Order: sequence, then C-alpha cells, then structure tokens
Amino acid sequence: MTFLTQLLNGLQLGSIYALVALGYTMVYGIILLLNFAHGDIIMVGAYISWIVMAKLGMSPALAVVLSVAGCTLLGVLIDKVAYAPLRNAPRLSILITAIGVSYFLENGAQLVFGADAKVVPAFISTSTIKVGGVSLSLNAIITIIVTAVCTVVLQLLVQKTKLGKAMRAVSEDMGAARLMGINVNTTISFTFALGSALAGIGAVLYSMAYSQATPTMGIMLGTKAFVAAVLGGIGSIPGAVIGGLLVGFAEVFVSALGLSVWKDAVVFLLLIIVLVVKPTGILGRTMNEKV
Amino acid sequence: MEEDMATKGKPIISTGSPKGSKKRKTISTGKRYIINTVLTVLVIVIGQMMIDNGSISRYQGSVLEQVGIYIIMAVSLNIATGYLGQLPLGHAGFMSVGGYSCAIFIMRMMGPMHVTMYDFMTGTPATTLLFVCGLIFGGVCAAICGLIIGIPALRLKGDYLAIITLGFAEIIRVVMLNIDSVVGFQLTGGAKGLTGIPSYTNFTNTFVVVAISLFLIHTMMKSRHGRAILAIRDNEIAAEATGVNTTYYKTLAFVVSAFFAGVGGGLYAGCIGVMAPAKFGFMKSIEILVMVVLGGMGSMLGSVISATFLTILPEALRAFADYRMVVYAIVLILVMIFRPQGLLGDYDFSMGNFLEKIINGEFPWKKKQAEEVEADE
Repeated sequence: MTFLTQLLNGLQLGSIYALVALGYTMVYGIILLLNFAHGDIIMVGAYISWIVMAKLGMSPALAVVLSVAGCTLLGVLIDKVAYAPLRNAPRLSILITAIGVSYFLENGAQLVFGADAKVVPAFISTSTIKVGGVSLSLNAIITIIVTAVCTVVLQLLVQKTKLGKAMRAVSEDMGAARLMGINVNTTISFTFALGSALAGIGAVLYSMAYSQATPTMGIMLGTKAFVAAVLGGIGSIPGAVIGGLLVGFAEVFVSALGLSVWKDAVVFLLLIIVLVVKPTGILGRTMNEKV
Repeated sequence: MEEDMATKGKPIISTGSPKGSKKRKTISTGKRYIINTVLTVLVIVIGQMMIDNGSISRYQGSVLEQVGIYIIMAVSLNIATGYLGQLPLGHAGFMSVGGYSCAIFIMRMMGPMHVTMYDFMTGTPATTLLFVCGLIFGGVCAAICGLIIGIPALRLKGDYLAIITLGFAEIIRVVMLNIDSVVGFQLTGGAKGLTGIPSYTNFTNTFVVVAISLFLIHTMMKSRHGRAILAIRDNEIAAEATGVNTTYYKTLAFVVSAFFAGVGGGLYAGCIGVMAPAKFGFMKSIEILVMVVLGGMGSMLGSVISATFLTILPEALRAFADYRMVVYAIVLILVMIFRPQGLLGDYDFSMGNFLEKIINGEFPWKKKQAEEVEADE
C-alpha cells in the first residue's frame, strides 16, 4: 500500500521532470544550447495559472490554455530577442546569455510578484479515486497520462512529420540543412515553441502537485530536469523520459528512507556518476569532434 | 593627411627607430616590481590611515573589505572562465567551503592558542598567524573540492561542465546544511548558520591578501603554465597537438581558481561574521560571473574594476538595490549580444609599460601632440 503510493509519487514526480527534460533535450538537440531559462519559463507558467485562477477567478481549463500559450510565446520571444542575435557566436556567450535570461525572469518575477510563495488553487476538485479499495491520487494519474501522451505525440511529430524531419536535419548539420532549402530560423523557433509548450504543461502539472508558485521554483526544477535529460542522453526523447523517471524515483526513494534533506545531493551525485561513467548518458549517441 | 601623420609618428612606438636618434628607455623587471610594491603599500597605508582618522567610516570600511573579497572572487573565477575558457557555475560553492573551513579552523584554534575575540581587534602575532593559517587552510580545502570536482568535470565540455559544477555547488550547500547530524556535533550550524566568527579581517589584511592573490595569479598567467592555459582556451586540440598536457593544465587552472575562491570565502567569513548555506546558492555564483563577464573575460583589470563597481553601486544607491538583480541580468544579456568579450576584452593595464611610455615622452593623453612634434621635426 505505502509502496504503491510511493511508486505513484515517484512516477508523478518523474513525469514532471520528464516533460521539462523533453524541452531541454529538444532545444539542446537543435542548437546545442543549454537553455537555462527553461526552468524559469515553467515558473512564469505557474504564475499565469495563479493569476488566471486566484486573481481573475476564471476556470481552471482557461488557466491551462493560457499557461501553455503564455509559455509558448515566452519561449519564442526569448529565442528571438536573446538567442537569435548570437546564432554564430561562441558557445560560451550563448550560455551566458541563457543564464542572463534566466536571472532576468527570476528577478523580474520577484520584483513583480514578491518573493513569497503564491498559492495556486486546485485545478480539479476530487483529489483521490479508489481502485480496488486503494485510494490513488488523481493528480498523479493525470500527470502520468498527460506525460505519456505528450511523449508519444512528440515522438511522432519528430519522426513522422515534415517539420520533424526539418528539425532533425537542422540538428544534424545547420549549414547543410539551410542549403537543402530548410528555413532554419523557423525550425528553431518551432523547436522553442514546442519545448516551451511542454514547459507550460509541466507548469500546470507542477502547480497541481505542489500548488504554489515562487520566483525561484524554476532553478531547482530546471536543473534537475536538465540532470534528467543528461542522464537519459541529451538529444534523445525516450532518454529524457527515462532520465526523468530515474530522477523522480531516486528522489522519492531517498525521501522514503527518511533522508529527504539529502535528496538534492543524491540527484546531483547521480549526475556526476553517470557523467563520469558514460558521459553521453544512457541512450545518448557519441558525437565525434572534427578538427 | 592623417595617414601621413600616422606613418611619421611610427618611430615613437617601434623600438628600432630607423633614425637611431631616439633609444627607447626601458624599465627592468626588478624595478617594475619595486614600483608596483611601493604603490600598493602606499594605497593600503593611505586607506588604513583614512580609516583610523575617520575620513572613511566604519561602514564604508566594511564595504571596502567586501570590494576586496569580490575582487579575489572575480579574478579567481576569471582564471577558469577568462583564461581557461570554461564556464564553472559553482564558484560560490568553493567560496563557502573556504569560508566555513577558515572560520571553523580559526574558531577551533583560538582555544589552544589562547587567543580571545578581543585579540583580533588589537592584533597580535598569534592572530596574524591564525589569520594566515586559516586562509591557507580555507584555500586548500576549497582546492581539494576543486580537484574532486575538476577531474570528472574537465573531461566534459561547456554545458556539461557548467551543470556539473552547478550540481556540485548544490551538493556542497546540502552538505553544509546537514553535516551536523552526520558528524554528531555542531560543525557548521546547519540552516541557522555559523555564528560567533571573530572579525579577523580589517582593511589592511584584506587588501594585503588581495594584492598577494593578484600578484600570484598574474605571475602564474605570465609563466609557461599560464601560456599553456591560454593555449587550451584558444584551441584545445591544437594545444594538445603541440604537447600541452591539457588535462593537467585544465585541472591546475581549476584548482588554482578554487583555491583563491576559498581564500576569498575565508575573508568573507571574517568580514560578515555569519556563515549560512543559503548565502552561497546559485545566485551568488551568477553574481560573481556577472563581474567577470562584464569586466572582460581574460582581463584582470576588468574583473577588478567591475567587482569594485558592482559591489559599491548597490551600497551607494540603496534605492537601486531592489532593481539590482534585474539590471544585472539585462546588462549580462546586452554585453553578450553587443560586446561578447566584455567591456575591456582582454586588455590589461601594466604600470611598468605605462611608466615606460611616460619616460619615453609618449603620453597617452597627448598622442596627437607627440605626433605633431614629431611631424615638425
């Protein structure tokens, strides 16, 4: 019984990490950028949910739609304003810019909303359902299902559609893709939109699980999701899901042992071990560097 | 017209003048060291005198101490970012290791060495010894952490290194928070923080440490080892092909960077008086990174100026303090877009070279005049 609850908790947390990790993996896969601002996009999404439901008193469905739309727009905007001018700059410059964007969003949110946590109202009224005498958290089940659907849709999109093909081509060789008539900028923007939309969904799921929004919530969530993406092998969609679930389970497992204060350390230790043993991650491909 | 002047003005700059009439005077390395030492001592003595007679208030003095600390932090991060070309995001982690170990070392040694809190205000040989040992101990502890993280991290590149150092700093923070329950006695004080640290820093000893640190980093970067580190930054594969042991030098730069971060942390503990793990989060690392990036990656002068400026500014403009972080972020993005190498790039100021120009009659502010004089001749 408790084991089942813990399992469900792990799956729920892991699913959220997986969704966020998917966003990291896609952006990294296409322009080799560790999008530090990704976690903060989720934070903005959570605040949008809070504004729509707690401030304006509108329906949760609208909150979901607006959060996802807001995150998508924000992601594309960030790409256009901050990253696009640096497309050909050294990697370090783009990385620092990404940190700057992340820093801006965090402190901007702190300035606008204040540093204290805002309580996001519940999206659904019933919290548990009973299956065969065992009560399960409805939030957890919704989270797991949504993540599974998103992953499948994303995988189909990348593998089967023309846009997906363009994305894969750009990620393989941007110059050659341009010569083949692919609109590189549109493709990159689309990738950002897709990744940020996933972040928006992640924001809603996170608010469902923890029902609060703080300006700095994105740092830890984002970092752990990146850890998940690296664990699974960055650039790989199934890898992100596997990594996300691994991180989620590791955290829940450590907490269940009564060592919850150490859970962050355990996740990063996991990352260091994986990077030392297999730097490409579980499902990652090795890339040879050309001189 | 202008071209004409430029060509005529050339012999001033080149040493081997075709006319042979003007032999360029130079200053020997020894003299340069003496000049710099005298100037540094002068600045510190004048600063201390101004504090003693009250023209710099106690509060301003403590801000100046923080300026010194952040100069060390920025310059030490610059070793890894500007000179080595990596992006560690866990500098605050090394700072906290250095700070905690230095403070704990000094607090635990006070008893056996019969030093009281009061002695630190007056200053005795024992407190000086304790101060030096504490800082070195803090630096070494941070350097060991740098070594532990550097060996796995430096096998990776760019983003991975950034994330692994960020993760490591986070591990350090969690360890500092919870180590008391593991060791079974009060070591770091957990979330409440470590209190009762004697104020073992003052203006003079802070800036003596700053000067020594800058000198050591400068000489390292001008040596064979420094050139190897720069070669790795410019092209790692080419550096390896020319026989630079890249792993060794990357680790070296990383460890030296961590060492000085630890020294800075040791000073910080003495200056602030309270250590709490929450102070050394990701935000602190970014704050230091902003200083390095803004000043110019690879420019020591740039790091010093921006560390000074960015430490004093929020203190001077209290109203600005709320917006500080947002402004930092915007500045960071704008600098990256419009001037990716930082405001000063890799320009560095050399007192010796400057004086050499002066004694040769090349006043930087009178460039035009000098050229005109030459043209008249």
